[in-house]
Amino acid sequence: MGNIPTTVKHCLSYEQLIQDYPWLGSRLQEEKCTLTREYPEYVKIIEVGPRDGLQNEKEMVPTRVKIQLINMLSETGLPVIEATSFVSSKWVPQMADHTEVLQAIHRSSHARYPVLTPNMHGFQDAVAAGATEVAVFGSASETFSRKNINCSIDDSMLRFEEVICTAKQQQIPVRGYVSCALGCPYEGPIEPTKVAEVVKRLYELGCYEVSLGDTIGVGTPGSMAKMLRYVMKEVPSSALAVHCHDTYGQALANILTALQMGICAVDSSVAGLGGCPYAQGASGNVSTEDVLYMLHGMGIKTGVDLSKVIEAGDFICKALNRKTNSKVAQARSKSS
Amino acid sequence: RVKIVEVGPRDGLQNEKTLVPTEVKIHLIDMLSEAGLPVIEATSFVSPKWVPQMADQVEVMKGINRRPGVSYPVLTPNLKGFQAAVKAGAAEVAIFGAASELFSKKNINCSVDESLQRFEEVTKAAKEAGVRVRGYVSCVLGCPYEGQVSPDKVAQVTKRLYSMGCYEISLGDTIGVGTPGGMTEMLEAVSREVPVDALAVHCHDTYGQALANILIALQMGISVVDSSVAGLGGCPYAQGASGNVATEDVVYMLHGLGIQTGVDLPKLMDAGAFICSSLNRKTSSKVAQAACKL
Repeated sequence: MGNIPTTVKHCLSYEQLIQDYPWLGSRLQEEKCTLTREYPEYVKIIEVGPRDGLQNEKEMVPTRVKIQLINMLSETGLPVIEATSFVSSKWVPQMADHTEVLQAIHRSSHARYPVLTPNMHGFQDAVAAGATEVAVFGSASETFSRKNINCSIDDSMLRFEEVICTAKQQQIPVRGYVSCALGCPYEGPIEPTKVAEVVKRLYELGCYEVSLGDTIGVGTPGSMAKMLRYVMKEVPSSALAVHCHDTYGQALANILTALQMGICAVDSSVAGLGGCPYAQGASGNVSTEDVLYMLHGMGIKTGVDLSKVIEAGDFICKALNRKTNSKVAQARSKSS
Repeated sequence: RVKIVEVGPRDGLQNEKTLVPTEVKIHLIDMLSEAGLPVIEATSFVSPKWVPQMADQVEVMKGINRRPGVSYPVLTPNLKGFQAAVKAGAAEVAIFGAASELFSKKNINCSVDESLQRFEEVTKAAKEAGVRVRGYVSCVLGCPYEGQVSPDKVAQVTKRLYSMGCYEISLGDTIGVGTPGGMTEMLEAVSREVPVDALAVHCHDTYGQALANILIALQMGISVVDSSVAGLGGCPYAQGASGNVATEDVVYMLHGLGIQTGVDLPKLMDAGAFICSSLNRKTSSKVAQAACKL
């Protein structure tokens, strides 16, 4: 395979290919090292700014601002916009206006508006408020689960099973999230087998898609590829998404790696809203604008209008009195 | 294994507005040498009239502690600069071409062909003097004036620099507009003309694409990457936007991939912290930002 450093080879699907079809090996040796990579033709972007993003911003955002943000995002062509979270306002005051927000937004016929529902109580409130899709949030790390939602992974799965079963009866799709897929702020590195286990459980319980979150952004293409290989043994790539944090600047490289392995759903946050709660002042979510720029540059369709996303980003940054985390937005606003 | 070419002291500082005292430059380069970087671009022998930041070129060359096994190339835009560089003790020089005619005219006041003729003088003299020459090609993925740049044009310019005697050519995404798609196409065209061992990538992070572009380049066989400590050096074409990719972030990714670089990341971050406090600016490196806030 030419001059590709040995240690990078394991990231490439060719290695898997040669393992599966040994006779291909010699044929590939003759090829020059220019790889024709196959990327998905279309990538679905799941916009998490209004929920994950705002939840991690210090400033309290007025309800009308949240509504306007979501409405602007709906105009961009984004297919999925995480609108709010039906979690107790005692824990997450930023999401206290969940019912108002869900009821007031203009729902585009081209978009879906999932809401977080940590338990049956939240689920029932969400449905009463008109939710047509919900999401549950698990973890691949025991310590993180206990610290974040006050129970073990197993107990959280029991909680989710209740929600998912009820949701199924009401024909409400459920999306799953697994946090700490590439590392935990308490436990450090997380075994890919553990991640695969948790993902499999959520999928078998009935989640139509499971989003793998690099919660503290420590992942690199190496650990991303390894984790995905294990997870994809248990769950098809069509049911997976990646949720990369850009805390160490690795997000786009990690997303690229995921695309190369067949993932075609990516979570991101307009203007990179949502810092990292584990590294004060460091960045968190990857910016939707930067992801779009990369995907469009690669000829991958998303159905999203980048300039409209930049506008939505400008709007929310002004409202929050903060600078955008998106490099694309920074460059566009400053080029001569 | 990947070789990191640290361009902070030259490309980085050259694009910073604050003028940096000579002793600060020297200390930065010494700290970078201690961090294990194998190549550190030290300064530029260009007329101080054009680039006042590099006016102390001779002092810097003479003041640094050269670590054995580390290379300290300097920019030499023409024969005059080359001669001054050799006199000051340079053992490796670099020449800077462009894949865009308009950029060449606006940046160095002559066409691409004319610039290549100028460089041929330098490479000839360098051969005679036993001095290695590194080539740079700017605008390989887009030009601030021309917009799109043809991969064949990039391949042509790269080939000429290689034939002239450059041992390595660094392909620069000068305005950071490139994405993995464009990078793949460009590298395919260039590697048909020049062996991939002789190529390096110099990605700018203006649109946040640098690490993704570097990853693609590695997958295509490139094993030399230019970067700038703390992401020094903004983009002169988009005021306030970022420029060079941060060495810390590149090293983090490479080490995470199990690729050896010989670089000690904590020492590198110390060098970054030092230069940022001297420049009174925040680091552009996400790794540095995260690490100091945990």
